[in-house]
Amino acid sequence: MAKFETPLLDDLEKGPWPSFVTDIKRQAKTKPELEDLLGQLELSYKDKETHWKHGGIVGVFGYGGGVIGRYSDMPEKFPGVAHFHTVRVNQPSGLYYSSAYLRQIMEMWERRGSGLTNMHGSTGDMVLLGTQTDQLEEIFWELTHDMNTDLGGSGGNLRTPSCCLGMSRCEYACIDAQNICHDMTQTYQDELHRPAFPYKFKIKVSGCPNDCVAAIARSDFAIIGTWRDDIRIDQAAVQGYVKGELTPNAGAHSGRDWGKFDIVKEVINLCPTKCMSWDGNALKIDNKECTRCMHCINVMPRALRPGVEKGCSILCGAKAPILEGQRLATLIVPFMKMEPPYDECKELLNKVLDWWMEHGKNRERIGELIGRVGMREFLKAAELKAIPQMVKEPRSNPYIFWEEADVPGGWERDLAAFRKKHPL
Amino acid sequence: MAYDPKNPMKDRITDIGPRHYEEFMPPVIKKNFGKWLYHEILEPGVLMHKAESGDEVYTVRVAAARLMSVELIRDALNIADKHCEGYIRWTTRNNIEFMVDNKSKLEPLKADLKANPMFPIGGTGAGVTNIVHTQGWVHCHTPAIDASGIVKAVMDDLFKHFQSMDLPAQVRIALACCLNMCGAVHCSDIAILGFHRKPPFVQHDLISSICELPLAIAACPTGAIKPATVDGKKSVSVNGPRCMFCGNCYTMCPAMPLMDAEGDCVVIMVGGKISNRISAPKFSKVVIPALPSTPPRWPETVAAIRNILEVYAKNANKYERLGEWAERIGWERFFEKCNLPFDVKTIDDYTLAYDTLRTTTQFKFS
Repeated sequence: MAKFETPLLDDLEKGPWPSFVTDIKRQAKTKPELEDLLGQLELSYKDKETHWKHGGIVGVFGYGGGVIGRYSDMPEKFPGVAHFHTVRVNQPSGLYYSSAYLRQIMEMWERRGSGLTNMHGSTGDMVLLGTQTDQLEEIFWELTHDMNTDLGGSGGNLRTPSCCLGMSRCEYACIDAQNICHDMTQTYQDELHRPAFPYKFKIKVSGCPNDCVAAIARSDFAIIGTWRDDIRIDQAAVQGYVKGELTPNAGAHSGRDWGKFDIVKEVINLCPTKCMSWDGNALKIDNKECTRCMHCINVMPRALRPGVEKGCSILCGAKAPILEGQRLATLIVPFMKMEPPYDECKELLNKVLDWWMEHGKNRERIGELIGRVGMREFLKAAELKAIPQMVKEPRSNPYIFWEEADVPGGWERDLAAFRKKHPL
Repeated sequence: MAYDPKNPMKDRITDIGPRHYEEFMPPVIKKNFGKWLYHEILEPGVLMHKAESGDEVYTVRVAAARLMSVELIRDALNIADKHCEGYIRWTTRNNIEFMVDNKSKLEPLKADLKANPMFPIGGTGAGVTNIVHTQGWVHCHTPAIDASGIVKAVMDDLFKHFQSMDLPAQVRIALACCLNMCGAVHCSDIAILGFHRKPPFVQHDLISSICELPLAIAACPTGAIKPATVDGKKSVSVNGPRCMFCGNCYTMCPAMPLMDAEGDCVVIMVGGKISNRISAPKFSKVVIPALPSTPPRWPETVAAIRNILEVYAKNANKYERLGEWAERIGWERFFEKCNLPFDVKTIDDYTLAYDTLRTTTQFKFS
């Protein structure tokens, strides 16, 4: 017999999509605090308002992030969730797990927490939902000593870097996204656990321009795999697609009859730079004009592969609209080789972080700082040379903040000599 | 050895980071790392990756609610133990993937997954995959709407698109329960966003004792909060017409709550994308400024999304993402085709507004 009637939530047990209500109800049989969670959630469904209080400052000694305080605003009615803090646990790169490791975490979380999780939080961490303050140090001890893992980031610090599955199971990956992500996470442990930044900072690594981890949309420092030589072509396989022997786009469109595959309509004419041609026998690509959008490769993965001279593009400054408006990350380095220990990349990141920590205002993301003071200041700090690849188009106003050193003769002038020529 | 509360720093381990990913890779993945040739989607939710070595790995993708109990995770692990040598992975969109190294192992794995309605197979190719979302009422203090419940209602309605691949391109849906947007809803084909519409209360009798007033004042991005003295006590005043309803003041000061059952609403944004394929990544655009928040099934939101998805599916070209289609036909035509009212609220008047206004005589008559 459930502790609370939950008619509104019960409606969400119907339908084909997995029901979190059904799941939580089953878990509540052994974790009674989840009865209170369901009771409070039902009340929110009735009131159309949350019943969680503002978070308080809780955490583990020495860390400034990784735990988020959470308290019910109706603790008498729902005592099981009076204190219901969140613990963020570092995810392994690519989100692969062994059953043994996950079972260890699950056993600990059933014993020391509510038994409820998010697999995973938006940033990438495994999120353990619902525990009490006196459990936090115990949880941290078990995570670090028994499970050899650590907490994730929260607040004004580096958030746990995340990546796509990279070379582990994707033929498009141009960089070892998992290794880069793991290496960056380990290198920047201090920045991750001890907030010293104006606001959050996210690093995300995608293996190719398809960008499955959304690095370009939501990371302050986006590392996206690319190549700079020629797309590899298997002409026989191209013929295979043209003749209908191979399924275009790896079968992604097989649920509808789109008609016979038409290479001109579906590949050549959709190429954004029109750098491809098809004469009925051979596919030609003018690789110098290619901008590596991935469309042709996505459509004909058995015929086309990225080149062999691989590396990454680095883009900086993406964020959601809060506060000063949304930003996509903008290109700062067109191509960088990415071999361990990734020193060149880290040197750049260090310069960027130093500049942001010095000039960023409280709660100002790096993209907003660049917006406020301009690319000129950013490029100076990052020691990067301005190149046309950084812009969609050059500026359309001439209001250049010239510096004295750039102007012939400098700014010091002789007024008397001027007035001799141009009397007042 | 265990934690000693009297001596918390003894034998403390810190800054070790996550476990190394190589520990968790199935053998066939580890062996062929970086040596994959191509992949095929054999049927909705089932992928085959071929390696240079000739090895094949078969992946079955299933949906999961992001909110999962340890018991349900154990159910998944039992299947991984039985079929997948004890390995499992999650995707960045909250799906679970089970991998086997031989085609003969595929059908027995699928049979066990199909036996559990909590693990529906799908989420690949030109369909609707799992919704990336935030916490909502189950665990957040600033949401304008729930998250898990709306996701459940929308995906129940779009379930056939999770298990089929009959759309012009993939459709990525995301939900954020307030405008802080944990996650990338600002670049999604369809974004569901919770939004407050009433400025914060100010609890004058308590605010100076529980909040740092300068922090609350400084938190406001529009400068709408000013110091004030009310009944002889230090407090703040809020300039309602300048409020953008972001809740930053509430994050700094619990005496300034802004949630309100009547005011809080659902915003629908469409046409964003992340991939660099064909066209550049794009932001999602507001096409419905407010729908009521109506638990437990949010029928207005579900119907609005279904409508946009169906019109897109009928009209877009193969490979064309929702935003690419809308740009090709023009946004004026998008509103007409989707039968959506256009209203001054849909015209941007925030920081980047000018970029979105029409600067040409070229337009289409409605």
